[in-house]
Amino acid sequence: MFPAGETGADLSNGNCMSAAPAPIRILYCHCAFARVVPADVKTGVLAQLAASSAEFEAVPDLCEMSARRDPRLAALAAHESLRIAACFPRAVHGLFQAAGSPLPQTAQILNMRTDPADKVASELLTGGAG
Amino acid sequence: MSRLDTAHLRTVLYEGPGSLPLEPDARSRIMVALLDKGYAVTSLRDSTHVTALPRDFVVVLGRFTGPPPLFDGAAALQFEQIDGMDPSDVVEAADRVHANTGAAKSGAWKPWFPVIDFGRCTNCMQCLSFCLFDVYGVSSDGKIQVRNQDNCKTDCPACSRVCPEVAIMFPKYRHSPINGDQVSSDDMRREAMKVDISALLGGDIYSMLRDRSVKAKSRFSKERDDERALKERQNCLLKLQKEMDIPMEVLASLPSPDEIRAKAEQAAARAREALGSQVSPEVH
Repeated sequence: MFPAGETGADLSNGNCMSAAPAPIRILYCHCAFARVVPADVKTGVLAQLAASSAEFEAVPDLCEMSARRDPRLAALAAHESLRIAACFPRAVHGLFQAAGSPLPQTAQILNMRTDPADKVASELLTGGAG
Repeated sequence: MSRLDTAHLRTVLYEGPGSLPLEPDARSRIMVALLDKGYAVTSLRDSTHVTALPRDFVVVLGRFTGPPPLFDGAAALQFEQIDGMDPSDVVEAADRVHANTGAAKSGAWKPWFPVIDFGRCTNCMQCLSFCLFDVYGVSSDGKIQVRNQDNCKTDCPACSRVCPEVAIMFPKYRHSPINGDQVSSDDMRREAMKVDISALLGGDIYSMLRDRSVKAKSRFSKERDDERALKERQNCLLKLQKEMDIPMEVLASLPSPDEIRAKAEQAAARAREALGSQVSPEVH
């Protein structure tokens, strides 16, 4: 068996490590258990992340993680430079808060329910500069 | 075992030293396949830092060219060779590992439950008083909290309709602002018009349900007009369904009027108690 050490995965984005004081962490929510995020947007975002050189974490469903207070949410929320592709920022903040791991104000949340894949992916990878 | 205690299987798609890279399209398809099956995926391209959380099982998937590389931070990991596999084979490999771990499976439950926007919530306890399914509770410091998420009725956003501050979200709901979208002044105006949702229904919702029952009983005894009583009940349910977007399945599964009354009284007592404990420190 191979369980259980201590804290979460280091998801450093190699592109940003030399430029930014804190490495950028990217989190992608697949919203796998509902159809509220347009399929072409979420698969488009994931395809562009996969085509980049960025390291990132993809989770099936942030709601589900929040409901079971997944400790990885706390590990992610501990990072100052977190970019999240999910749904409405108010909901994402609420989900982290409900899990006992409020997001820092610096977290950048990109909304795949309302924005096109190109815009979300660009902001995830470049922070909106691209 | 509570949902909070369950371990989950996490996958790492590793393409760093000691492993061959995947084509972008293959990488994307493998990730979609794993996510669709409920597995979290960490994509590692250069790092060899994978740390397991206390409840995680971790399997590292890669096109390994030799012995698996050394990873920092994790006591033990399982490695799976995926060279030459298509996405469905990779998912099968993850499934095999998952079956051996006894870890919980994501996706067995549609995560539908209320999420409170504490930036808006005034702790008025209307949601606690309203919910018949014990979804809400009160923290030790007297704050409303969502306590039993899986008691919530899938696709039912009714409690968000009674919140006067639009502070209750259902992130998987279709419409704004209950889905977490920004609350507009129009939304607030609409909410102000239905601060007391029962006004829409001609009185307190529980009283209404009780009254319907009494009236129905009265009709049964005096007129024995089953058809009319049934029609009344259907009209009442349709009104609830329309005004509050409550699925018919939820309405059909409501407890009996007596049980509703008992639950409502219990919930109201809990809300009063919580509000009382909130007030007392200020009094001193």
